[in-house]
Amino acid sequence: MSFIGDYLTRTHGRKRLDRADYLTYLYLIIGTVMMFGPVIWLVMSSFKTQAELVRFPPRFLPYRQDTVSVAGYDDPLQLYNVTMDDGSVRQLAQVRRVGIEAQMIDPAAPDEIVRVNINQRQPVESIYFGFENYVDGVERFSFWTYFRNSIVVTASATLLTLFINSMAAFALSKYQFRGKDTVLMLTIGTLMVPLSVILIPAFLVITQVGWNNNLLGIIVPAAATPTGVFLLRQYMLTIPDELLDSARIDGASEWRIYLQIILPLARPALAVLAIFSIMWRWNDFLWPLIVLSRNELFTIQVGLNSFQGELQTQWNLILAMTVLTLLPITLVFAFLQKYITTGIATTGMK
Amino acid sequence: MSLTTSESQDHHSSTSILETIFAPVNRLLGALVSGLINVVDIVMHPLQARLGVRGMAYVFVLPNLLIFGIFIMLPMLLNFYYAFTGGTNLFPQDRPFVGGQNLSTLFACDSIFEPNTCREDLFWRAAWNTLGYVVVQVGILILMSLITALALNQRIAARGFFRSVFFYPVLLSPVVVALIWKWILQQDGLLNALIVSLGGEKIPFLVNAQWAQTWVIFISVWAQMGFFTLILLAGLQAIPHEFYEAAAIDGANRWQSFKSVTLPLLMPTMFVVIILSLIRAVQVFDQVFPFTGGGPGTTTLYMVQYIYQTGFANQTKEYGLAAAASLLMALFLLALTTLQLRAGRSSDIT
Repeated sequence: MSFIGDYLTRTHGRKRLDRADYLTYLYLIIGTVMMFGPVIWLVMSSFKTQAELVRFPPRFLPYRQDTVSVAGYDDPLQLYNVTMDDGSVRQLAQVRRVGIEAQMIDPAAPDEIVRVNINQRQPVESIYFGFENYVDGVERFSFWTYFRNSIVVTASATLLTLFINSMAAFALSKYQFRGKDTVLMLTIGTLMVPLSVILIPAFLVITQVGWNNNLLGIIVPAAATPTGVFLLRQYMLTIPDELLDSARIDGASEWRIYLQIILPLARPALAVLAIFSIMWRWNDFLWPLIVLSRNELFTIQVGLNSFQGELQTQWNLILAMTVLTLLPITLVFAFLQKYITTGIATTGMK
Repeated sequence: MSLTTSESQDHHSSTSILETIFAPVNRLLGALVSGLINVVDIVMHPLQARLGVRGMAYVFVLPNLLIFGIFIMLPMLLNFYYAFTGGTNLFPQDRPFVGGQNLSTLFACDSIFEPNTCREDLFWRAAWNTLGYVVVQVGILILMSLITALALNQRIAARGFFRSVFFYPVLLSPVVVALIWKWILQQDGLLNALIVSLGGEKIPFLVNAQWAQTWVIFISVWAQMGFFTLILLAGLQAIPHEFYEAAAIDGANRWQSFKSVTLPLLMPTMFVVIILSLIRAVQVFDQVFPFTGGGPGTTTLYMVQYIYQTGFANQTKEYGLAAAASLLMALFLLALTTLQLRAGRSSDIT
């Protein structure tokens, strides 16, 4: 253990930790518990049985009562540790419960029925990570439909975003043309116009185009992200113009220059934008909530919201579905977190 | 095509996780790109011959601008039309002009400070709730983000790990955040178990008005602070180290060097953070709607939810009222950012 302590308390240069350092570490460790704790609690809870979920006070690990199959009984019987009248403890299986009396049998000798007070028995439990909630939930929730819709929306919106944003950024960074400043100003302006301010007319436009209750209605309008145009433009400004000029002398068309010179060189910025776009579209809520009203078109977020409204007491299913919803984005984060955090730090966008 | 392949070989030496993951995607895109070049070039070539090199800029900017125009700028203009027309029809041609009636309905109050005296009492409840939320949430959010950024800016071990920890909730979808905390805060949930184990009594967190408002702010800070921490951390790390050394030579202690070096030099970043967090706070909806649904009563009903309910969720869809409310919200946002920018500029001069 001590090497962990050494590692955590090592400083860059200075010999000893002072009080401020300890306070910093204390804060960061409390912060870690606050940030990860709720998610870990959710994941643990999602493996619990319904009986375990309503238990108060709750336990951290998921437990399940052990059962045993006894000849002569169709269903497995629940196991209990029973304190007998003489003080000895026997492991018995419960056949049925009548009021405060429980009828138990010894699994080894199933013919003799022992009658005990229910307060004399303690359930035999073991840690059990059950996937029943997930299996049930996926079935009841039409999870795969929502999941597929979310994948379709996220993937196609991201590709579309990368394509049209990079073209616009190319024009805005490498050409002088009339109206360029106006286009730039409009782009900055739309940064300030959140969707929530134009909900009604945006919905009208979608309806007129015929995209109400259509996945296109949430893919296309969100694709022209002003932040994306900005990020790519700033990056493309650093690409030297000489490259383009020499390609032109070689007879390349502008379209060819965009695809074969600009796009490959802008790959780091495109990767950052791709990750952002995936995050935005996967987590979108308000706009899909308005555009999609047919159940089979719901994205996973809208589906999860309506699911929790319908089944307010079935927490076991809700918890499992919540875990499945956060899983993809967590995986993306686990692998690409360096790109995400440096991307945000350098562009100031989310 | 030769350009793309040589490009990917150049980068081969610095293979990263990102590139391993995207390698098949890249190859697929490469094939797509070469196809696109040849097919689209048939169209693009005569187009360029006609428009000239500069004219191609318009072609590149067009798709993005078209989507901007149709789905963002057109709705911005249409919003005025909706705000000054009445009826429950969505289609503009069926809506009679009513002038300022929608606005005067919203303002039909004995006193706007007492929603009970208003015809649209919900609007004013939402307005005051939102104002209260914005003031408290932004204050706490910035304070917490600053503290965290300062802690992460210390000479600490495992800084990358801690930075990711605080950032992780930012990626979670609003519905997931709401459900995680709903589960912890419910009557028999984790938090009440902790309170009971410390000798307290269970608190109905989401049934009590004050508690619900508190938790709405808490979860939004929990979910957003990682984002603002990152931006502030980037600002902190941009402060040249010499300034601190100079302050130390002058005999400044930690607090003094924080006050006279860190804070003033962090101000430009701070302004960005304040503007972004204010704009986002005014539009609060995503986390709250699945969390409390605006309740208990109307204590966590905020402006975007009022617009959503008035325009979409209610039986009679009052598009005019909703658009008028959107208009007022847009004006409020505009005033807020203008004030901020002006404050930012005047502080630069001094």
